[in-house]
Amino acid sequence: MGKESWRWFHRFGSPPHVYGLADRMVPWFAILGLACLLTATVWGLAFAPPDYEQGDGFRMIYVHVPAAWLSLFVYVLLALASAIGLIWRMKVAHAVAIAAAPLGAAFTFLSLATGSIWGQPMWGTWWTWDPRLTSQLILLFLYIGFIVLNRAFQDQRSGDRASALLGVVGVVNVPIIHFSVDWWHSLHQPATIAKFGAPSIDTAMLIPLLVMALGYKLFFAWLLLRQLQAELLQRERRAAWTKALVTGPGGTVK
Amino acid sequence: MMDWFSEFLYMDGFAVWVWSAFGVSALVMGLMVWLVIRRHREALRLVRRYHSDGGSR
Repeated sequence: MGKESWRWFHRFGSPPHVYGLADRMVPWFAILGLACLLTATVWGLAFAPPDYEQGDGFRMIYVHVPAAWLSLFVYVLLALASAIGLIWRMKVAHAVAIAAAPLGAAFTFLSLATGSIWGQPMWGTWWTWDPRLTSQLILLFLYIGFIVLNRAFQDQRSGDRASALLGVVGVVNVPIIHFSVDWWHSLHQPATIAKFGAPSIDTAMLIPLLVMALGYKLFFAWLLLRQLQAELLQRERRAAWTKALVTGPGGTVK
Repeated sequence: MMDWFSEFLYMDGFAVWVWSAFGVSALVMGLMVWLVIRRHREALRLVRRYHSDGGSR
């Protein structure tokens, strides 16, 4: 590939460019995300048919599964951003990783909490040291470890490098979480949607789930961009572009 | 209408679990929005303060 075709990639290394891009995209992600979340909540709670075994209890799927999917998706994103930061020494990539980490931790917590709430009536227990649950708990610890490590150094670059290393190494846990239900005897049900062959869930239940998953992704994108903006502002507070951002036409701070 | 609404709230006997799961999710996601927006505002305030002091911090 020529230099021209890499120009778009290099532009993502520029904090003011990324900040401006985020500013333009935030309202769209917020509006579309909230619309999807609201639609899927009403659809899933009131109009999707009940499950033949779990009755209306299955409706917890609409908050548990998107949170669990997103917890894995965010970690893969964090690991990719960390790898880019380590390889190309791109400051923005490190900022993306640390901006995504608390959001990923929150979704992992949600998947564990809603899973626990589901587990009590269906399995008769809030928690069991099942491979899926345990590996998901490890994911939460990885997120927390990433955040703590990033903030543990006086020098931001050292913190970025140390946490990025943990982020890249920790990605090995993602396939373990995904395949844990196939590799070991697990109380957790096997894959219903993300598997080879047709999903074993009725379309009338599946569509609101997919809308909810899209809503979660857009909601995450909205918050990630705002987090990223805050992270860039903190890191670049001495830069000329942040001064231009807060000063009016006369050069006075707004 | 009232019957349908009562049935809907009852959730086939799973009301506590279903509404708790949705409630916890709404609460955490609402908290995430609040914290992220607050953090962004604080970062902007930090930049303003830095540049209004003439870059002394």
